Amino acid sequence: MEHTRSLTALGRSGRIGPLIVKLLMLGVLDSVLVFLALILIGRGDWGILVIVTAAGLAINWVYLSKRALPAKYITPGLVFLAIFQVFVIGYTVYIAFTNYSTGHILNKDQAIESLLSQSQSRVADSHQYPVTVVRDGDAFGFLVTAEDGTAYLGFADQPLAPVDATFEDGTAVAAEGVQSLQYADILANQEAIFDLAVPAGDSAEDGWLRTLDGRSAYEYESSREYDAVADTMTDTTTGVVYTDGGDGAFVAPDGTRILPGWQINVGLDNFERAITEPTIRGPLMYVLVWTFAFAFLSVLLTFALGVALALLLNDPRMRGRKVYRLVMVLPYAFPAFLGALVWSGMFSTSFGFINQVLLGGAAVPWLTDPTMAKIAVLLVNLWLGFPYMFLVATGALQAIPDDILEAARTDGATPWGIFRHVKLPLLMVSMAPILISSFAFNFNNFNVIYLVTGGGPRDTAASIPVGFTDILISLVYKVAFTGQMRDYGLASAFSIIIFVVVAAISIVSFRKTKTLEEMN
Amino acid sequence: MTKTKKSIAAGAMLVTAGMLLSACSGGSTEPTSSATATDTGSETTATLTVWVDAERADSLADAATAYEDETGVAVEIVSRDNATIKDDYMQQASTGSGPDIVMGAHDWLGELTTNGVVAPLELGDSADGYLSVALDAAAYDGTVYMLPYAVENLAMLRNADLVAEPATSFDDMIAKGTAAGAEFPFVVEQGVDGNPYHLYPFQTAFGAPVFGRDANGAYDATQLTLGDGGDFAAWLSAQGAAGTISTEITGDIAKEKFLAGDAAFWLTGPWNVTAAVEGGINLAVDAIPSPGSEDAQPFAGVKGFFVNQYSENKVAANDFLVNYIGTTDVQVALFESSSVLPALTEAAQAVSDDAIVAGFLAAGEQAVPMPAIPAMGQVWQYWGIAEAEILNGADATATWDKLTADVQAAIDAQ
Repeated sequence: MEHTRSLTALGRSGRIGPLIVKLLMLGVLDSVLVFLALILIGRGDWGILVIVTAAGLAINWVYLSKRALPAKYITPGLVFLAIFQVFVIGYTVYIAFTNYSTGHILNKDQAIESLLSQSQSRVADSHQYPVTVVRDGDAFGFLVTAEDGTAYLGFADQPLAPVDATFEDGTAVAAEGVQSLQYADILANQEAIFDLAVPAGDSAEDGWLRTLDGRSAYEYESSREYDAVADTMTDTTTGVVYTDGGDGAFVAPDGTRILPGWQINVGLDNFERAITEPTIRGPLMYVLVWTFAFAFLSVLLTFALGVALALLLNDPRMRGRKVYRLVMVLPYAFPAFLGALVWSGMFSTSFGFINQVLLGGAAVPWLTDPTMAKIAVLLVNLWLGFPYMFLVATGALQAIPDDILEAARTDGATPWGIFRHVKLPLLMVSMAPILISSFAFNFNNFNVIYLVTGGGPRDTAASIPVGFTDILISLVYKVAFTGQMRDYGLASAFSIIIFVVVAAISIVSFRKTKTLEEMN
Repeated sequence: MTKTKKSIAAGAMLVTAGMLLSACSGGSTEPTSSATATDTGSETTATLTVWVDAERADSLADAATAYEDETGVAVEIVSRDNATIKDDYMQQASTGSGPDIVMGAHDWLGELTTNGVVAPLELGDSADGYLSVALDAAAYDGTVYMLPYAVENLAMLRNADLVAEPATSFDDMIAKGTAAGAEFPFVVEQGVDGNPYHLYPFQTAFGAPVFGRDANGAYDATQLTLGDGGDFAAWLSAQGAAGTISTEITGDIAKEKFLAGDAAFWLTGPWNVTAAVEGGINLAVDAIPSPGSEDAQPFAGVKGFFVNQYSENKVAANDFLVNYIGTTDVQVALFESSSVLPALTEAAQAVSDDAIVAGFLAAGEQAVPMPAIPAMGQVWQYWGIAEAEILNGADATATWDKLTADVQAAIDAQ
């Protein structure tokens, strides 16, 4: 019975062809996943391995099972959602809770390795020893030629001692009982050889010999020592002991920190700083006001112009509408980045196209006067944004049934009355969600601000580099990434705060839209 | 039912296995490093990955091939976007996906060492062979981290068809340029946010470097000497009023004016030489005329290579840099593709029979390395804006004092 049913199912689904295609595609996917898994095993990335394996098994189950029909349709979407949205947001949240910033990008072991490596320096005016790297069983050693032309041999656990050697051009190249390495052998064992330190004498104060390039060795001394048991870093020249201060760096008793430090979880510290940071609190209010104004005005202006043009070009009496419509959409087809940059050049006071050609040599300070700069940014954003509104409004207008308009006209409504009481409410039903998303987009419209004015002109009264056209996101960018100190943790915390603000505004607005729809 | 299911599963496994096999065989052609004791240099034993900015990728390719022939170490040159190479490197260096070597500039050193992603180099006795400004710039906190290959500094480009003789002082330059009838006697790149890098030679001419130096000659963040620039600020204010230096002149506009023959003098770097020569300008390169009582000292930017602290090929990387890139032949070859003065003295001399290069070399005699200390980042963000304000008529003394106070506060807050 079962047998026949499955056969019918196979028959219903048509031919054997699609099944083969499906299996082939699954096969391709699976082989990629298995290959990925092998790489991940090789690298020891167990966390990602578990995720990849689970996702792979789930996808196979979905497409080989008969019970998961809806899942077959939504799985590709879910995969992309996970990769492009869930992962990015999750990672941002994760970073917001760490101290990831300049000086804190390594893990602790790497930071210690780096601190020790930086503290090693060549003993001043010491000799440059030609070195032959040698091998005794598993141990590598150095055969060096001293200043007086005599040969010395040493290993990691065996200080340099004079040895009889074979010389070539005054350089010791081989010695009894050890095997001299060719350069290719050195390269094959480079990590061991790079880390090899051969004591120069019996006591630790004598320093040690290292080679960085496998050709010359130098005497080294170190100004730092790490005590793995006590977890302390000691500066051997000053005797100061640095301990793990709990904030991702070694700290001296007097509070001096040495960097590089390492990445740690800092809990809510970044959020606390985002709210209390004095350099941000100062200009925050007017930046916030301008951000709202910028987003609101951008939406209003693009909407007004878009709808006005749509009404105009929707009039059947107008000739050549298709050509006009095409022209209207051009800014939308033009890359926004390029458009913003070109506008920025056209606004130049003495050399820009607008002042020189359009205004006949006027000296309007488009980008250097606070008010004019705000107008300039809004103009550019209007130019970039109205075609979208125009397109949507045109579509919505054409969807309004003619009989409603006819009825309004019969009732003696004026054209303005028809627009105000019939067309606009009907337009708003379909356009309100677009206005809300456009507001959210412009609230974070970093590109236009950054490319047109760079946030400028600078507010020279403020003691942080903030400008009069900076919006919240560009201010955050400047605070987190100005100068040489990058603070990814703080920037992520800010992003989340801005996200919450925008989400709150959107939710409230969408509630309002629902009442609009009910009215309809 | 079960039969169909099984055959489907078997089919899927078969396909998977087939793909897997082909994937594996593809992967196994990668060179495996063998440790056989008798190997000589002919076999590729290691691969060095070098990130370079897009412009130098080609010139380094020849050096890479030659090195591979000599040592058997394959050098893979990866061309990276100039604007993001530093950030990408810092984020990837410790993860295992970064390069073994990265090309960069000496003013990255503060950031790279603070992040712990560069390994110290040892130039050995070859250190004496480098120009002293290059060697100064290659070290941070007394330790050398960079193999320098080129030194860049500003010089005064002159349109010799308009003005035949070099200027003896800034005022002489303006006078000569004006006498020649050029629309602009002198142009220098500024912009709405100013450009302190291009004004620095004039600032030092009034005896006001940004930072003082400690006993070893290294910049000292605790000695902010920027505040001595009162005279410079007054001079700058006068230039702004006279229109000789203007925030309206961006880099593009300065270049356009000079190439069109409308500007007699142009303060710029070697990166614009090719355009000027190809533009048919009868080009002469002079030292920068001083407007003050001291020499006009431009910043020197030193280009070089860094070794990744987390590279697994450090011996090969050090050998490639110190014993190969650090040779006269390679530095001359790099010069030929970039026209930037080599950092190795012998190579610099070898190429300086060219009048233009000699001009930059002469202008560079006074050059000082651009500070790489993190405190410098705090200077940049206020510096240009303040200068732009002064040029546009703000009170020179008050603006300069505020600049000094803001920078000091930002450094203290760090």
